[in-house]
Amino acid sequence: MAEILLRAITHSYDVARGRRDRAASSAYALRDIDLRWRDGGAYALLGPSGCGKTTLLNLMSGLLRPTAGRVLFGDRDVTELDPRQRNIAQVFQFPVIYDAFTVFENLAFPLRNRGVKGRELEARVGRIAELLELADVLRQRAAELSPDQKQIVSLGRGLVRDDVAAILFDEPLTVIDPHRKWTLRRRLREIHRQFRHTLIYVTHDQTEALTFADEVVVMHEGRVLQQATPEVLFADPAHTYVGYFIGSPGMNVLPCDVDGDSAVIAGQRVPLPEDLAGRAAGRTGKLELGIRPEHLVLGPPAGGVPATVSFVEDHGRFRIVAARLGEHLIKIRLEGDAPVTGGDACRVGLLPERIRLYEDGRSLS
Amino acid sequence: MSRRKNNRAWLLVTPMVMVVAFSAIVPLMTVVNYSVQDILGPDMRVFVGVEWFRKVLRDPELHSAFLRQLLFSFVILAIQLPLGVGVSLLMPRQGWRASATLVVLALPLLIPWNVVGTMWQIFCRTDIGMAGAAMRGLGVSYNYTANSVDAWLTVVVMDVWHWTPLVALLCYSGLRAIPEPYYLAARIDGASPWAVFRYVQLPRLKNVLVIAVLLRFMDSFMIYTEPFVLTGGGPGNSTTFLSQFLTRLAVGQFDLGPAAAFSLIYFLFILFFCYVFRVIMMRPDEGQ
Repeated sequence: MAEILLRAITHSYDVARGRRDRAASSAYALRDIDLRWRDGGAYALLGPSGCGKTTLLNLMSGLLRPTAGRVLFGDRDVTELDPRQRNIAQVFQFPVIYDAFTVFENLAFPLRNRGVKGRELEARVGRIAELLELADVLRQRAAELSPDQKQIVSLGRGLVRDDVAAILFDEPLTVIDPHRKWTLRRRLREIHRQFRHTLIYVTHDQTEALTFADEVVVMHEGRVLQQATPEVLFADPAHTYVGYFIGSPGMNVLPCDVDGDSAVIAGQRVPLPEDLAGRAAGRTGKLELGIRPEHLVLGPPAGGVPATVSFVEDHGRFRIVAARLGEHLIKIRLEGDAPVTGGDACRVGLLPERIRLYEDGRSLS
Repeated sequence: MSRRKNNRAWLLVTPMVMVVAFSAIVPLMTVVNYSVQDILGPDMRVFVGVEWFRKVLRDPELHSAFLRQLLFSFVILAIQLPLGVGVSLLMPRQGWRASATLVVLALPLLIPWNVVGTMWQIFCRTDIGMAGAAMRGLGVSYNYTANSVDAWLTVVVMDVWHWTPLVALLCYSGLRAIPEPYYLAARIDGASPWAVFRYVQLPRLKNVLVIAVLLRFMDSFMIYTEPFVLTGGGPGNSTTFLSQFLTRLAVGQFDLGPAAAFSLIYFLFILFFCYVFRVIMMRPDEGQ
């Protein structure tokens, strides 16, 4: 096992299909990806559908060769190797099992392909079946299992190879019942704790990503926007898209100007921390101010900008108040039960140390 | 209320019942009717019970035609199934090559059966046929009109040419229905091409293969036109298959009673074989 490095990975399906004529125009699934996956880490790859997550996964497992760039396992360059030589396990969105065969045969398949036979094969399959709680169904036909058990079997096919470099998951919980998702995810975490394989988990669901991973990689339109712990992603989004994508609701992003020590939004002055104001001075790009709904105060003791309540959404434990500030709509997370209704005039306070500034989408922090 | 609904249902089903009655049940019952009577003239008929059945079942000529038929069906199944699977595995999956292959493969299926017989009859003639003359030129002694082994060989090759594309097309559609992740997972698991075939492709071809076996068995068991045109059942009786035997009985000798009795036996045998085969093939799918 070793860390996995992606160096300047670019991929275009058109080029891969030999359509170099079209490649020049657009159609890059991935652009200039540089990533480092530490050995034994649990990672999530988060982004909307079509952002290139699965492509990136397939490049790591060797199902695809990148158009440009290198894939390294430690200091071994595996870019040109096929999946068999790379020794990576991958679990797909829909459970892939060899459904005409028993669970035992399914788990034994990758071992047989590597020439493992007889007692060693029995022992290894038995050990993994024990661990995944499949021992009772080993002699059953895999087709008879429930979807979540099938997904466990396809995970098991990865785990029986004791020397796997990493296990890649491609939205593995898509077809699992909601109430089993939680159990299955917890099981994955347990397995990770026990084996310390590098796990890379692709999802478009932020809850899944944030609860599963030590570190999350956020992707958008074929680029990596940020790689960080869930806490950092929440507190310091490197890009307005990350701020918007992580959190529910996402970060408020408001166009602004910076004038001395204040940001000016829709004619209202918002005081900024000194260092942030300093970094913003003299910038020529499009400036935006980002602040999370959790860091806005409705009716602060002092200061704040005047706004009008537009509507209120009740989420049970808390409410989301949407307020109009000039032509912008901002969302405020409101704890407690103070009476608020649409049409009310109000003041909104921004916690200064939580304000982030972005130039052309990129954080100035 | 439920009664009125039921009546409407009967009304809606009626057209289908009529069609089935006139296309299948009435003709079949006519045959049943013939099989138990001796028809001496338009107005003279005698009920003979199972006599025709007894007679037909004891006919040694029929026995040999039946064995010949079974052998033929099993030989062509043994060739066409593996060959069809093999061809379907080699077929391109996309692009213009895929379409071109499909068209070329479908061609033999579009040719009328008597034309197939005529084509091969000419193709294999030793004086002017390309294959026959070529073999003769190479010094192979071959003459399908005189030698019964050659005649058999010719009929089998013709049937393989004619019908393997059907098996191949069925398997191709089965292969195309296998989702891509199965192949990806097999690559991740380090499967060899043989393991991919054995573990991924073959199990998923099972259903189309059952259909292929049933279709090919039924069709080959009822083969008539092509050998009739090609060899006329000869030399001797060596390529006289069941349906040709039946035709000779019914139309040639006008033995309607025995012919009807034999038709029923023929029909029931095919039905029985298909039923048994289906039960055997489908069994593992239903629970443990």
